[in-house]
Amino acid sequence: MSMLELRKISKVYGQGASEVQALHEIDLWVDPGSLVAVMGASGSGKSTLLTIAGSLEAPTSGEVVVGGALLSEMSRNDQARMRRRSIGYVFQDYNLLAGLTSVENVSLPLELDGVSAKKARAAGMAALDELGLADRASHYPDELSGGERQRVSIARAVVGDRQLLLADEPSGALDSTNGEAVMRMILGACKRGVAAVVVTHDAQLASWAERVVFLRDGRVVDQTMSPPSPESLLQPAPHS
Amino acid sequence: MSVRYALLALLSEGPKYGLQLRQEFEARTGEVWPLNVGQVYTTLQRLERDGLVESEDDAEEGPQKGFHLTPEGHAELTDWLRTPPDLSSPPRDELVIKVMVAVRMPGADVHEVIQVHRRYLIELMQQWTRLKEDEAEFDLGFALVVDAELFRLDALVRWLDAADGRIKRAASEPPRPESFPMPKLRRRIGARP
Repeated sequence: MSMLELRKISKVYGQGASEVQALHEIDLWVDPGSLVAVMGASGSGKSTLLTIAGSLEAPTSGEVVVGGALLSEMSRNDQARMRRRSIGYVFQDYNLLAGLTSVENVSLPLELDGVSAKKARAAGMAALDELGLADRASHYPDELSGGERQRVSIARAVVGDRQLLLADEPSGALDSTNGEAVMRMILGACKRGVAAVVVTHDAQLASWAERVVFLRDGRVVDQTMSPPSPESLLQPAPHS
Repeated sequence: MSVRYALLALLSEGPKYGLQLRQEFEARTGEVWPLNVGQVYTTLQRLERDGLVESEDDAEEGPQKGFHLTPEGHAELTDWLRTPPDLSSPPRDELVIKVMVAVRMPGADVHEVIQVHRRYLIELMQQWTRLKEDEAEFDLGFALVVDAELFRLDALVRWLDAADGRIKRAASEPPRPESFPMPKLRRRIGARP
């Protein structure tokens, strides 16, 4: 069963002359443990796709299925609970709370969900430790580098038992070394069974995904085929 | 990189035998550039003739003959390291030509043409990235080669993205008078004929 399934998702903003169709009948599925990248230019609809997949916004038509459950059949409260428990979000600008330390930021979603402060903190520490950030647990966001902030936000996205990770340009403001570290972490989460969707315009980021879906003017226009083994790259050229 | 400078580079680390030079050359280039043993010895003979390397006088010709760099060889290598490769002329890029032809060809869907190439490049990048994931962390030389290839392919994808956007904008603007500035451009920047 797919962890995330989008069935003929369309999204229209505005009405009449000012109507803008942001998404046209998008079909997309992401299995547990797999990383899918959505590539497209600015305005192609990729961020809208992500907010709809994460139930932060409702589609105009079509169905979103998360972990086998139809969002349209869930109450607002149930949707909010599912967002807190099952979905982790990673944004380009990190969205960490400035007044909280790294471990407090990471454990906050669990506490909001009713987990005891002690247990939430232990889970937060475990998530930070897993991403090599245990020594930054007591630091505030303004005491961290950009790369560290994004790694903390990934720890927050995967803390507890989250099964779906949604990332919007997760390394947009980072250099290539930190961007690579971020993608390795997302891939690491996938190897533990998390399903991940990364939207990006960056080809190097997208190439970490096993499948890349191309969006243009709100439509899926193409996607990558299963690439052959990388060993084929290492065959000597015929002329050498 | 020519075999000549590759051998000078290997000998800058210390004296080596012919066979050892061949094995290290292959190891450093990620085994993507295998040499035949004849190439190594012919090049070594030329380097010796030019006074850039010296062989052990008493050794016989063959895989066990040792070589070391002379001060002139070291100077030649240092000079080569600091000489930028000639990148002043735009290469004759088949991808660029195909997109330019598609723009002018009646009935061609240039965005679809661009997407075909974009997908191919990303699929190649996925393969290179898999290599990085599995092995590159463990070998600096190999990681540098993989990064160079990823950045080269990335630059092509970025160009396709820019071309896609430019062509889309141009389609919504009033047509301009026909012009084809390439010959002028090539002369100005001194491109090879």
